[in-house]
Amino acid sequence: MKQKRFWGTILLFGCISLSMATLAWSDGWEWGESDEHEERGFMQQTAGVPPVINKAYKNECSACHFAYPAGFLPKRSWVKIMTTLDDHFGENAELDDETMNDITTYLSTHAADQTPNRFSRSITRSIADKSVPLRITETNYFLHKHREIPKRMVQGNIKVRSFSNCLSCHTGASEGSFGEDSVHIPGYGRWED
Amino acid sequence: MKSLIILIGFIIFISLAVSQTAFAANNTVTMLLEKYQSEGAHQFDANKGKSMWQEQHIQKKTGKSVSCSTCHTSDLRKTGSHIRTGKLIEAMSANINPERFQDAKKIEKWFKRNCKWTWGRECSAQEKGDFLTFFNLNK
Repeated sequence: MKQKRFWGTILLFGCISLSMATLAWSDGWEWGESDEHEERGFMQQTAGVPPVINKAYKNECSACHFAYPAGFLPKRSWVKIMTTLDDHFGENAELDDETMNDITTYLSTHAADQTPNRFSRSITRSIADKSVPLRITETNYFLHKHREIPKRMVQGNIKVRSFSNCLSCHTGASEGSFGEDSVHIPGYGRWED
Repeated sequence: MKSLIILIGFIIFISLAVSQTAFAANNTVTMLLEKYQSEGAHQFDANKGKSMWQEQHIQKKTGKSVSCSTCHTSDLRKTGSHIRTGKLIEAMSANINPERFQDAKKIEKWFKRNCKWTWGRECSAQEKGDFLTFFNLNK
């Protein structure tokens, strides 16, 4: 009888861990990760990338827009963006050579396909090998993660206007934290699915 | 008595700091103007800068007619906003935003970007000098 109960418990735990693993897999997330900056508990989703640390990148790029984490696009994308700054989504954003090289090196070495971060790996996996996306919002990973957000909350929301404005809803975006628990959509509040 | 001395000391310190900043700004602009002259520019004219500020140019890509004032407004003392992105642009007047004119590298960067965006080409040394004189004369 005791023996039976023992094996029953083992089987039960086996089932629980298997189902959890499947859940994590299907959502495209990897679980229970901890990084240098923050200890995360077991079972907690990781939705963080290393925050921007390069001074030139911060100064120059966030003079006009949110300094998107390097770990959101592969190296080939950053290189293309940095070599076409004279037409940066319709704007001229040219830099002097020294600053440009500094920023390109930073973005390239911290790009999604160059860092071991799990979040970045998920993004890399969602991009076809030959494609060179210039917008984070075009990647399948991004589209998948935001598929349930209705237009009225973003494009139709005067305080957000575009998915490019990460910081409008991801309150921890500057620290590289994009978890659902730190989402606050202006005019709508917290987002939970 | 003691507090009075401290107060006077404080006032002297502040005024020194302020004049120092003003001087630094002036220095950058003077240095740039000298550089432009060494590149072949003649006497600078604020009025020329003012009329160029309104000059309309057709953007090749969009077909739109734009000028500096499209985003900066025609009044240098006013805050402008980018026609496409909506980004707020602080007033260009050196009187209101003297910190705009303290970093030569930054000035050159924005001349390059905005001349190309608005006029489809880089500005000449003469044009840049006329603009800088215009921004700084409006005090």
